[in-house]
Amino acid sequence: MLEIKNLHAGIEGNEILKGIDLKVNAGEVHAIMGPNGSGKSTLAQVLAGREGYVVTEGEVTYNGKNLLDLATEDRAREGVFLAFQYPVEIPGVSNTNLLKTALNEIRKYRGEEELDTIEFLSLIKEKMKLVELDQKFLSRAVNEGFSGGEKKRNEIFQMAVLQPKLAILDETDSGLDIDALKIVANGVNKLRSKDNATILVTHYQRLLNYIVPDFVHVLYNGIIVKSGGKELAFKLEELGYDWVKNGKSVEVVNH
Amino acid sequence: MNKTIDIKDWYISNFGEFEKRLNGGKESSIHQKRKDALSNFSRLDFPTIKDEEWKYTNIAPLLKYNFVPSIEKKIVSKHFIKSLLFDEMEHSLIVFINGSFSSENSILLNMPEGVIVDSIANQIKRNNEVLLKYFGKYADHQNHIFTALSTAYTEDGAFIYVPAGKIIEEPIHIIFVTDSGREKILTQPRNLFVAEKNSQVTIIEHYVGNKGEIYFTNSVTEIVAEENAIVDHIKLQEESKKAFHIARMEVDQERSSNFGSHLISTGADLTRNEFNARFNDEGGECTLNGLYMIDGTQLFDAHTLMDHAKPHCNSHEHYKGILDDKSRGVFNGKIIVRQDAQKTNAFQENNSILLSDEALVNTKPQLEIFADDVKCSHGATIGQMDDDAKFYLKSRGIGEEASKGILLHAFASNVITSIKIESVRNYIEKIITEKFNQ
Repeated sequence: MLEIKNLHAGIEGNEILKGIDLKVNAGEVHAIMGPNGSGKSTLAQVLAGREGYVVTEGEVTYNGKNLLDLATEDRAREGVFLAFQYPVEIPGVSNTNLLKTALNEIRKYRGEEELDTIEFLSLIKEKMKLVELDQKFLSRAVNEGFSGGEKKRNEIFQMAVLQPKLAILDETDSGLDIDALKIVANGVNKLRSKDNATILVTHYQRLLNYIVPDFVHVLYNGIIVKSGGKELAFKLEELGYDWVKNGKSVEVVNH
Repeated sequence: MNKTIDIKDWYISNFGEFEKRLNGGKESSIHQKRKDALSNFSRLDFPTIKDEEWKYTNIAPLLKYNFVPSIEKKIVSKHFIKSLLFDEMEHSLIVFINGSFSSENSILLNMPEGVIVDSIANQIKRNNEVLLKYFGKYADHQNHIFTALSTAYTEDGAFIYVPAGKIIEEPIHIIFVTDSGREKILTQPRNLFVAEKNSQVTIIEHYVGNKGEIYFTNSVTEIVAEENAIVDHIKLQEESKKAFHIARMEVDQERSSNFGSHLISTGADLTRNEFNARFNDEGGECTLNGLYMIDGTQLFDAHTLMDHAKPHCNSHEHYKGILDDKSRGVFNGKIIVRQDAQKTNAFQENNSILLSDEALVNTKPQLEIFADDVKCSHGATIGQMDDDAKFYLKSRGIGEEASKGILLHAFASNVITSIKIESVRNYIEKIITEKFNQ
C-alpha cells in the first residue's frame, strides 16, 4: 500500500529525515517509535502533505501513485488520514460542517453520490458510539474548548467517518488518561481491517498494550535504526532510547 | 481655481434650482433647516488627511468628480427588486431609485394603528410633528460638511414612526438602488426612524448599485429609541466597487432601550461609515457589529463613537474586516464614559484578516473614561488566514478554495449569527459565498 524509499525531507533548510525506508501492506499496523526530535512527526506531516516541508530525495508510492505529487486534499481523498498530534481549533466551524463537507468532497472525488442529510446523520451517529462522544459535540466548533482527550477522540471519530485506507496517528496517545487511551485504542482496533493499514507514531510503549502492532520501527536522528516485531517495543521500554542512541550498530529487519 | 471649489460652488449656486424642484416642499418648516445647512456647507471645507478624524481616509478621489443630483426619473424592473429580497419573506418594502421614492416598487403591508412607514418627502410636505421634532436634532450640520450637504439638499429617504407600545413583527426593508448609467450622480438618502416607548421594530437599510458605475451616496440616518424600545438595524451595503459611500448614523437611546446595529458591506471605491450612539438615560444596551469584505484598491473606513453619558449602560462593539489585494481598512472606535456613567460596561473589538501582503488596516481604538467604576475593554487583531486550520481542513479532503471559504465564513460567523432573522442571514451567507467560493 505504502512504500517509502530513501526519503530525505526537512523544513527551512534543516534536513530532518535522512533516508527513511518503510513498506506498509494492507492489513498491517506499524508503530514508529523514537525519542523527541527523531523525526517521527516530520514523517507524519510529510506523508499528509504539510506545506513548508521539502522533500529533497527519495520517493513515496501509495497504491501505485506517487504520493508526493498529490495535493494535501487529494491525498485525503485517496484515503490517507492523519490524526494530528495537536488537533487544530477552528472557531466558527462546527464538527458537523467539517465532516459533511469533507465526506462529500471525498465522495465527489471518487465519483460517488453525495450523502443527503439523513444518510449523513445516521452514519455519524453510528460512528460516534465508537469513541463514546456525546451528540452535542456535533454542533460545537471543531476542537474549540475541547479537553486533550476530547480532541484525540474527535480525531478518531473523524477517522471513523472518513474511513481511510491508510491512517497515520501522530502521538494520538500523548497526554491521554487511561480511560481516554482505552477509548481511542478501542476505536482504532474496531476500524482495523484487512483492507486498511495504520501507522502509529508514538513516543511511549503503553499505547501498544492496547493496539498491538505487527511491526515496530525505531526512528532516531532521521533514519530507522531498528525494526522488529511487537517485542521490540518492550525492549525499548526496558532499556530506554539510550539503547538505540548508544548502540551505533544499525540492524534492520526486513519484512 | 481647483476642483474642490467647483463642487461647492455648484451646490451653492444651484440651490435655487433645487428649491424649484421641491414642488411645494419649500413651504415646509424643514426648509429653514435646509437654508441654514446650506450656509454651513458654504462655510465648511472638505476634510483632508490633515484632519485627525480623516487621517487615514483621503477623500480627494471623491472630489475629482462633479457629482450632481439625478433629475430624470428612472425605473428598475420588478425582477431586479425581487432579487434583492430575502427568500420572498413577507415584509414591508420601501424602494428608492436614484434617491427618489418609487411607489410602484414599494409594498406597504398593513401596520398597527398609528405606525407610519413612508417616504420622508411625503411627511415633510405634511409637516409631520414627530419629524419636525427630531429631524436634524442628532445629525449636526454645523461642523460636518457631508451632513450639511445632506441637510441642505434634503429631498427623500425613509421615515418610520412607531408609536408607544406598538410592535412591528416583520422587518421593514428599505432598498436604495442607484442606477447612474454614464452620469455621475449624487443620491442623498435621508432617513429618520423614531421608536416610541415600549415599541419594537427591525429596519433594514439596503444599498445597491450597478457594477462598475461611478456615483456618490451620501446618506444620513437618525434613529431615536425611546424608553424601553427595541430597535434592530441592519445595513447591507452592496454598492458598485467604483462608487463612493459616505454615511452617518446617529442613534439616541433613552432609558432601558435596546439598540442593535449590524453592518454587512462589500465596500465601494471609498466607504466611510460613521456611527454615533449616545445613552441619554440609564439601563440602555447597544450592540454594534460590522463585517466588511473588500479587495482591489477599495477603502473602507468605520468610524464609531459610543457615548456613555449615563450609568448602568452596556455596549458591545465588534467589527471584522476581510481584506484582499491592495485594499485598505480603517477602524476608529471611540468610547466615551462620562463622569456620571458609573457601572458602565463597554467592550470593543476589531479583528481583521489580510489575504494579501499589500492589504493594510489602520485600527485606532480610543477610550476616554471619566468615571471610576466601569468595565471597559478593547482589542484589535490583524492577521493572516490560519495556515494550521487550513492544513487541517485540507488533510480531511476539503479543497484549497473550499477551505478558504469555510475559514472566512467562520471568521465572519459571529457577526452574521447576531442577526436574528434567518432569511437575512441566508442572504448574507450567499453574498459571502459568492465572494469567496467562486
